[in-house]
Amino acid sequence: MISFGMTEDQELVGDAMREFAAEAMRPIARECDESAEIPADFLDTVWSLGLTSTQIPESFGGAGEERSPVTNVILLEELAHGDAALAMAALAPSLFANAVLDHGTDEQKAAILPLFCGESFATGALAMNEPASLSDAARPRTTAEQKGESFILSGRKTFVVFGDRASHFLVTAQLGDDVAVFIVPRDAAGLTVGDVERKMGLHALTTTGLELERVEVGPEALLGGAEGADVQQIIDSSRAGLSAVMLGVSRAVLEYCVPYTKDRVAFDEPISKKQSIAFRLAEMQIEVQALRQLVWQAASFLEHGEDATKAAWQARSYAAEKSMWIADNGVQVLGGHGFIREHPVEMWFRNARTLGVLEGMVAL
Amino acid sequence: MIDFRLTETDKAHLGRTRAEGVICRQYAREFDENESEMIPDVLPEADQFFKDYPELPEVGDDDTQGVVMMLLQCMGQNWGDYSVRLRRSMRGGLGNAALAAAGTEEQKAKFGEMLLSMAITEPGCGSDPSRVSTTAVLDEDTNEWIINGEKIFVTTGIRATGVVMWATIDKAAGRAGIKSFLVEKGTPGFNVPHKEKKLGIRADDTAAYVFTDCRIPRENLLGLDESIPKASSGGFRGVMKTFNMTRPLTAAMGLGIAEAAIDFTRDELEEAGITIDYTAGPGGLGRLSAAAEKFMRLEALFDASKLTTLQCGWLAGKGLPNNLESSICKAHAGSAVRQITQGCIEILGSVGISRELLLEKWMRDSRITDIYEGTGEIQRLIIARGLLDYTRHDLK
Repeated sequence: MISFGMTEDQELVGDAMREFAAEAMRPIARECDESAEIPADFLDTVWSLGLTSTQIPESFGGAGEERSPVTNVILLEELAHGDAALAMAALAPSLFANAVLDHGTDEQKAAILPLFCGESFATGALAMNEPASLSDAARPRTTAEQKGESFILSGRKTFVVFGDRASHFLVTAQLGDDVAVFIVPRDAAGLTVGDVERKMGLHALTTTGLELERVEVGPEALLGGAEGADVQQIIDSSRAGLSAVMLGVSRAVLEYCVPYTKDRVAFDEPISKKQSIAFRLAEMQIEVQALRQLVWQAASFLEHGEDATKAAWQARSYAAEKSMWIADNGVQVLGGHGFIREHPVEMWFRNARTLGVLEGMVAL
Repeated sequence: MIDFRLTETDKAHLGRTRAEGVICRQYAREFDENESEMIPDVLPEADQFFKDYPELPEVGDDDTQGVVMMLLQCMGQNWGDYSVRLRRSMRGGLGNAALAAAGTEEQKAKFGEMLLSMAITEPGCGSDPSRVSTTAVLDEDTNEWIINGEKIFVTTGIRATGVVMWATIDKAAGRAGIKSFLVEKGTPGFNVPHKEKKLGIRADDTAAYVFTDCRIPRENLLGLDESIPKASSGGFRGVMKTFNMTRPLTAAMGLGIAEAAIDFTRDELEEAGITIDYTAGPGGLGRLSAAAEKFMRLEALFDASKLTTLQCGWLAGKGLPNNLESSICKAHAGSAVRQITQGCIEILGSVGISRELLLEKWMRDSRITDIYEGTGEIQRLIIARGLLDYTRHDLK
């Protein structure tokens, strides 16, 4: 039954996150981008919201609340409206925890999930992107060879969110004809965590590379055990999540441009009264609305266990194209001010391009 | 709860609409090529059609499922063919929607059973209906309105048995003076000179109307409100309310045609052995052919447009305001169907322009989507005014 109605809970979550994003995220976003750092007290504040732990079952130390991908895209849109990098940092522990929750064996859940239910910010990291042109999440070049009961992992990863502070890594690797996921502890022999990476956008969200030089892990490291993990589901969830982030960024651009164009006077009237400007704003509004439906569709399919691969592809692809278009036109609408770092639009422009090419960065 | 899954009943229902669409499609080319002919009211296969269509839901009656299904069904019918549709399932013309929204109970009883066209556009006034120059003058002696003027592009104008038409009762009052009138075919002074010749939807009976001293009863003023609001444009806004369901419906009609092009192109790609693979993300595009990647983007555009249209209808079904969303979905669909039908032809190459196939017809037929019921530009004006909190005086 098709419905576009949020539940009361979802409306409350959306409102609360919108407020939190406006008060705790937007004001520090520029500073975090410039320093490429997130203040520790921000992560503590986010941790106290319980974004990750509330959705972990009580038996593993969480609050056992229902996990809803739809609620999570609503939440992500609002947080990313505040700032994309901070939003993804806030959700980073879930990226790791949800994959274990969805695909792990009981033993893996019992060993890992309690780590995310403690008093202070803790995170693992998903290592999916690889440092090569045409790197394809569905076909990693990192390999896993079976050696008796163990596995030997070899390869390189990049853009690993919070690689600098993760206690564990989920590493995707080609195992025979399948893609498998391995839980690799930070201190595994042969694993080197690289320096914090410098990238065009999402400066505040620290990412690192990983080098795996014949890292040997036991059978307990294979996510999902002998049955393995549905890697495509992890990719789908991340694509839907990233599309929600791009939706938030798109809306941020639009909502910044509206008052700006009403204030900015040229040729004796606000530029918002020119059709060439007004139509661009209308186009942004049209695409924000359309994009949101694709994001919700992908989340809805994930929520109900339907095959979400196509819907998630569509949401991510549309989001990448339209958020870039919106951010690009946001810069243009502001003119010279769009190029100046006093305004956030140039940051959103960089973030949009960055978000549009990543995989495995945020999960629902 | 946000949910995008169709129930099994809905799927079966839409499957039947598609099956009928296939039947209707057999006639699509014939009536496109012979535009002067009228499609018969009942096709020979009519007895094979599904009869039990749900009634048009009352907007505002919390019938979200009814409205969403109506839009999906509309897409399904247009997937078959825009013009050749089961007449029995015609829920009336645009005029019927206006009657339902603004008519009195007596008017609904008297005109509700008729097929009512809607006549707004004039040779000198298109997207700006406040420039209507057709006049209605009250003859107090006979209690009749005397109508004079010319209307063009009247959808279902030939088959309609009556019309809801716009005329001004006070030119000096501008938009506030515009009222809607119900006129029956056969009324002396109401002439239908010709069927228009068009780029697409050629089989559709788009007509021109001429009113010459056409007298109608005083009670045929839709809604019976003869007052002319002074400062505000409240009266006009009442008239414009008609668009809240017609815009998503118009979007749905165009999207049905676009979906036909999408489905046809997907089959052709499959036939050619071209893989469509949704696991290929950024970086994985090297695995896709240019044709596959373009197709996948067009299909994403289609889904975005379809869902945006359904969301607008869902709001109407909830009885929630959907003015902005109506314009958004219409503007999005208007642009999407152009890109989709033109893009599918590009993907398939020269075969796409052959009149042996329907692809070129779908491109011509869907082109009207961004023009009628308010052009894409008008929709953007409305959206921008909403965004900027501007009136029509602030942003022209």
